[in-house]
Amino acid sequence: MSLTQGMKAKQLLGYYQNKADQDAREAKERGDLVCWSASVAPPEFCVTMGIAMVYPETHAAGIGARKGAMDMLDVAERKGYNIDCCSYGRVNMGYMECLKEAAITGVEPEVLVNSPAAKVPLPDLVITCNNICNTLLKWYENLAVELDIPCIVIDVPFNHTMPIPEYAKAYIADEFRNAISQLEVICGRPFDWKKFQEVKNQTQRSVYQWNRIADFTKYKPSPLNGFDLFNYMALIVACRSLDYAEITFKAFADELEENLKAGIYAFKGAEKTRVQWEGIAVWPHLGHTFKTLKNMGTIMTGSAYPAIWDLTYDANDESLHSMAEAYTRTYINTCLSNKAAVLMDIMEHGKVDGVIYHLNRSCKLMSFLNVETAEVIKEKNGLPYVSFDGDQTDPRVYSPAQYETRVQALVEMMEANMAAE
Amino acid sequence: MYTMGIDVGSASSKVVILKDGKDVVAAEVVQVGTGSSGPQRALEQAFKVSGLTREDMSFVVATGYGRFAFEGADKQISEISCHAKGIYHLVPTARTIIDIGGQDAKAIRLDDKGGIKQFFMNDKCAAGTGRFLEVMARVLETTLDDMAELDAQATDTAPISSTCTVFAESEVISQLSSGESRNNIIKGVHLSVASRACGLAYRGGLEKDVVMTGGVARNAGVVRAVASVLKTDVIVAPNPQTTGALGAALFAYEAAQKK
Repeated sequence: MSLTQGMKAKQLLGYYQNKADQDAREAKERGDLVCWSASVAPPEFCVTMGIAMVYPETHAAGIGARKGAMDMLDVAERKGYNIDCCSYGRVNMGYMECLKEAAITGVEPEVLVNSPAAKVPLPDLVITCNNICNTLLKWYENLAVELDIPCIVIDVPFNHTMPIPEYAKAYIADEFRNAISQLEVICGRPFDWKKFQEVKNQTQRSVYQWNRIADFTKYKPSPLNGFDLFNYMALIVACRSLDYAEITFKAFADELEENLKAGIYAFKGAEKTRVQWEGIAVWPHLGHTFKTLKNMGTIMTGSAYPAIWDLTYDANDESLHSMAEAYTRTYINTCLSNKAAVLMDIMEHGKVDGVIYHLNRSCKLMSFLNVETAEVIKEKNGLPYVSFDGDQTDPRVYSPAQYETRVQALVEMMEANMAAE
Repeated sequence: MYTMGIDVGSASSKVVILKDGKDVVAAEVVQVGTGSSGPQRALEQAFKVSGLTREDMSFVVATGYGRFAFEGADKQISEISCHAKGIYHLVPTARTIIDIGGQDAKAIRLDDKGGIKQFFMNDKCAAGTGRFLEVMARVLETTLDDMAELDAQATDTAPISSTCTVFAESEVISQLSSGESRNNIIKGVHLSVASRACGLAYRGGLEKDVVMTGGVARNAGVVRAVASVLKTDVIVAPNPQTTGALGAALFAYEAAQKK
């Protein structure tokens, strides 16, 4: 009997997250390659080559959520990484330094022994992509230099205009082929194009199930608590080219479907208002950000952040232009007008009454445009909004009381609007 | 019917007791805030002045930074909504509120019914708040109460370019040591506070009437600076420290009527 038989989606999520890390550790022990990858870099090529994948952004988010970020930030800051650098990057550089020290000395530093971090092995190569952030380039270059390993860079230019022109897709498809060539050299064997087709098909099945989950926010009241997207997204990031993601997401979407039929909603009967969350979660304070909203009957029914991994493409397109298009259209890789349009679509789909913008000190690309984005959108749909200071994994930046005041005021504005209607 | 609003701020505690939602029978301020004896003392003063007790209150709303820590309220409402409510009650023509308190500065835009159209607050920084002025008063060897008068005697404005409290303090010390007049520096400090608050007000789209409230509105120097930056008249809310508590008491009255 399968180990996962009878498991609920939440159990599957935990099981497959651990299994992905276990796969990487076992690969390392066997002498097989392990790759650390940027979260929206295509995993399809490495998975085709049988390389085990680890995702530093997801890994750092997990460390943050388990209250272990400060120790790793401290290690990175002692190495000279400025607090203005991305906290995912700093947590990961700190973790890498600990692993490196353990590898050189044979002794795990105390900070690592005591860390709640999931155990992952050091990489043999790294792969990065600038479709969500340019810090990822320097971060991964630093990893490669520190560890003296290959760094594959997939260049995905910013889209200053939409729709995405053919020449951009052609260029990115060439970047993909170039990455494949580099992998052939690193692995010492030719790329298996037949297996690649299977991996692409698998990725699309995972994405399909992921989108099924997000679609449940259209119902009012919502059977899906939007914060669950933050929890489940670990697998769409780290395992989308494996069946781990598909199996888990299908189970969750099926559960939500059953709940909807049975009239079981995320907040039972307590859903009063609905918000969109723009930006990355505040992982070290995820519970506080969620509970503050829940205590006021406010459910999150939309976020463009998990929707970044709606990487739907034509798996049979051998030119790879469709895949290129999927990996370049991520909303933070596009112009302001498109970004606003994407966010407004999600607001409409989630039938939200207001918007919360996370002014995330780490993520410049997502946050710097927030002020302008919020004003553009308010002008068009009139929804009230609020922004708060925070950070994805540096717990020092977030102030619970300031969040509570801003969010409570937003809820009061949403309630006043509803009363006026 | 009596209702009460208590505004437990970071630097002061304010209580307003209302009779039938219109007559203020007590409006007390104690200059220490959440986590201190301030809230209790403000309550005791309000009860003493009015001759009433907690049992006489049909409904109590708490607001301010310490609203959740304060025990004994029937409901907590954000200070944004409470200031909007209180100011609209006092000045129905108000469309832009600039509220500068102990550690928050905010701009609130109202519609013609007193509803909140939008609000903007300072982020994790005390620049441009009451705390900023407290630090400057200490360095300048004066008191918050005297600053407005000294500002009025200034012959020029010494520029305070830094928006950071710590760096601005160094800047003030440097200005003093280079012989700049204290009054001119105070005027510069006030302009610095005003610039931060006006930046927030501009984001909401400035519309008249502009009303200033919060403890810092008691400082006529800051009010003059805000008016000069915005190039418009600024109305100072009557008893500006208690407008949040007044709004809370008004909300309490509405809630009591629904009971």
